[in-house]
Amino acid sequence: MMNLIIGFGVVLVLVIVFMIFRITNLVNLVKPDKESVSAGNGIHAFLFMAFSVLSLVGFFWYSYAHFNSYTLPVASEHGQITDHLFWITMAICVVAFSIISIAMFWFTYKYQYHKDRKASYLVDNHTLEIVWTLIPAVVMALLIFRGLRVWNEITGPASKEAMVVELVGQQFFWTVRYPGPTDEALGKIDFRLIDPNNDFGLDLTDKNSFDDFKSADLYLPAGQEVLLKIRAKDVLHSVFLPHFRVKMDAVPGMLTTFKFTATKTTEQMRSETGNPNFNYEMACTEICGKGHFSMRFKVIVVEAEEYKKWRIVQDSWLKLNPDYLKMVPENLREYAQIKSGMAPDNGAAEHGILQTVSNR
Amino acid sequence: MATADIKVHTDAHPGDHDQDHEHHGNFWTNYIFCEDHKVIAKQFLITGMAWALIGGILSVIFRLQLGFPEASLEWLRPILGGWITAEGKIDSEFYLALVTMHGTIMVFFVLTAGLSGTFSNFLIPLQVGARDMASGFMNMLSYWFFFLSSCFMFTSLFISTGPAAGGWTVYPPLSALPQAIQGSGLGMTLWLISMALFIVSTLLGGINYITTIINMRTQGMSFTRMPLTIWAFFFTATIGLLSFPVLFGAALLLIFDRSFGTSFFLSDIFIGGEALPHVGGSAILFQHLFWFLGHPEVYIVLLPALGITSEIIATNSRKPIFGYKAMVGSMLFITILSFVVWAHHMFVTGMNPFLGSIFTLLTLIIAVPSAVKIFNYVTTLWKGNIRFTAAMLFSIGLVSFFLTGGITGLFLGNSAVDIQLHDTYFVVAHFHLVMGSASFFGMMAGIYHWFPKMFGRMMDERLGGIHFWLTFVGVYMVFFPMHYIGIAGFPRRYYSWTNFETFNSFHDLNMLVSVAAIVTLAAQFIFLFNFFYSIFRGRKASPNPWSATTLEWTTPRLPQHGNWPGEIPTVYRWPYDYSKPGSKEDYIPQTIPYSETPESNLPHENDLIKLEMGNSGAIVADEKKH
Repeated sequence: MMNLIIGFGVVLVLVIVFMIFRITNLVNLVKPDKESVSAGNGIHAFLFMAFSVLSLVGFFWYSYAHFNSYTLPVASEHGQITDHLFWITMAICVVAFSIISIAMFWFTYKYQYHKDRKASYLVDNHTLEIVWTLIPAVVMALLIFRGLRVWNEITGPASKEAMVVELVGQQFFWTVRYPGPTDEALGKIDFRLIDPNNDFGLDLTDKNSFDDFKSADLYLPAGQEVLLKIRAKDVLHSVFLPHFRVKMDAVPGMLTTFKFTATKTTEQMRSETGNPNFNYEMACTEICGKGHFSMRFKVIVVEAEEYKKWRIVQDSWLKLNPDYLKMVPENLREYAQIKSGMAPDNGAAEHGILQTVSNR
Repeated sequence: MATADIKVHTDAHPGDHDQDHEHHGNFWTNYIFCEDHKVIAKQFLITGMAWALIGGILSVIFRLQLGFPEASLEWLRPILGGWITAEGKIDSEFYLALVTMHGTIMVFFVLTAGLSGTFSNFLIPLQVGARDMASGFMNMLSYWFFFLSSCFMFTSLFISTGPAAGGWTVYPPLSALPQAIQGSGLGMTLWLISMALFIVSTLLGGINYITTIINMRTQGMSFTRMPLTIWAFFFTATIGLLSFPVLFGAALLLIFDRSFGTSFFLSDIFIGGEALPHVGGSAILFQHLFWFLGHPEVYIVLLPALGITSEIIATNSRKPIFGYKAMVGSMLFITILSFVVWAHHMFVTGMNPFLGSIFTLLTLIIAVPSAVKIFNYVTTLWKGNIRFTAAMLFSIGLVSFFLTGGITGLFLGNSAVDIQLHDTYFVVAHFHLVMGSASFFGMMAGIYHWFPKMFGRMMDERLGGIHFWLTFVGVYMVFFPMHYIGIAGFPRRYYSWTNFETFNSFHDLNMLVSVAAIVTLAAQFIFLFNFFYSIFRGRKASPNPWSATTLEWTTPRLPQHGNWPGEIPTVYRWPYDYSKPGSKEDYIPQTIPYSETPESNLPHENDLIKLEMGNSGAIVADEKKH
């Protein structure tokens, strides 16, 4: 019933508006004005001016008053540099934008139609055109120069000391694999070996895979360069670490990488932002299906010492999935048991086996 | 004056010209399978408007989800059926389908077919002085292929698995694997068929536009006397002709991957509990192919709008467009550069970073001709005598959007800065302003400006003004706040942000954006009413209601098949002789020879008088007799 009344009301309003439109139309037909410009001309000119002033004031006010709500604190080395470049670009853009906007809306106001005025016949002006081609060209050149230097540093090869972490995207969560503390190298993987337990598709014929371990969070040390090795299992995903200014797609069939150095631990960030519950997060920024918006992964940054302690106590994947020992070639099994932490490590045995392995 | 002469001519001898006999067809040949460029233009326009409405409604539906995540959308169930979940929310997969279809519809069906299709068809023969397109039949096919393509895309909205949902960029593997998302089943198949037909339509149209412009210009219409609209359509068609076939290739390979088990784009995929047999393909390859069209597509959408606006701003400022040659030059430069910047969409896809450097360089270069265009528009307004017709309002709106949206390109084009901003709302704000809204405003400006020539009646200017202000402010309220949301890192194509602590804010701005989107959409109904009402009941237009100089305004109020009764007019001057010193009127049509305007001729123009008489003395004499 209520809907019916509302519907009826809407129809009534529309009919009234239409009647007003018809009546003013008829009145205009009777009026003998043959001006080439409608009476609304001045109104539009004024509205443009008002819009220009109000929108610029609104823009500067909001940008200033809400600065903290739309800027994310930065917590990586390269992030500080790209942020700097971002704000330089912003300064240039805001100046250019304001000048051109004001000029345009001022002209629309000032040069609104007057019966007695004639527009000036201005065809071109080469000096002016050369000047305003050169100014943006020079500004662009400076931005490019600065941008490319930063870009080359960010995308350049990681240093030898960089620690490696593997991020794997799939619908709709992330998995993280760390190389074991014994070899510091990730084992080979093969997508054909993936099964409900072996979610990385670890190739257990590769001895580097024995001590690799999986983590429920992305656990990182502050102050140390990290090389992310990024993969996807099913469709495209994208690693996005907003506070670290890191973004890189995860592509099935192709390894991508991104290196960065976190500068602040989670604890430091908590005290800095005044939010005791602050957490770093990882998100997906490449459309990947129904659950695209839910691919949250927690990131924890700790001091280097604490990271070392954490790493030592992690159980290797093989240790947690001992059934997979049968996938390991027979001659490597004993070595695998030791390296994965399944068997007690009595130094001599390891030494002996290492010898046999390396002799092969 | 020539305009008056021709009008007299029409009245005196109705129907005694040889081009008149063809228009006595029946309903089918006059309105449906018509080969007349003006009818085809109207067909494109009406279809484009229908699509714009659908695309707009889709966007409002997903804005409801983003602005009011708590609200119950149960009332949409009669329309969306099973896509409304038991809790009264939009299904998160259907949300992606909405986003995908909104993008596809707006970019291709509205701003390519609806804009370029309408105005290239309508204006090219009228402004270069031709009876019709080079091939009327191909032109008709172009529309009907578009119509067929529309049918497929429209059908895909209603199938049970939903339309394509992998984003308008349809990146594989998502778009190739129905296991990954339902929309990649039949919906994606229909998408690909539809796009293939669309590309055929675009190519048929483009070949016609280029041929007509090169071969069928009237006497005196040299390239440097062409209105900027024609230059823009010329470049647009050229870009389309060179880039759309690449998308066709990409679509074909994607069809092979989906249906015939090839591995062009697929490799090493484990999904739905099994490893797929594909190896060796490259998902990045598709992105390269897609953006080789996708980026030029931005200019396919934008250049016609810029051309239309140049014309309208000059006419309504009563001033020549400032720097005609610079305008043509910058469009040419943009056209060339548009082919070598595509990978700036791919800085963080894992593409070789060196390639990223090259594309940063080329991308930021494209900002220079774009800046020149803005400066030229603003200078054209300077010391003008501005009439704020509805068309002029939308043109000024376009320049404003082009500036606001274009300038953020400096952030996104710089690869190092793009790392953070890529695929966030900053990008959404950027391209919706610079390409979406600017082009949409170009289209609106064009409709208001050429409506009198299309339908012989005027649209209501007051309603046009209201429509403009609601839309102009509305668009800014929708897209400007997105810059802040984007700088805060909010990723695009997110159904909801509440899973993240980092993005669990800006409920106020998102609500504002959604409300503004609803108001903006509602304002379009004012336009629709104005449009359809004016077709039948609008004030009758004079042949040249805006006192404009270009050729289309020398035709009768309702040009018939063949456009001009009698001879096609000859062109003697460039199209921007507005407010020329010495001239009595504030405009001199292109058909007025210099010999008739000694009072306003510039010195070098007086020298041209002799040439005029030599080349086309007979025609001039003939015209004077009437």
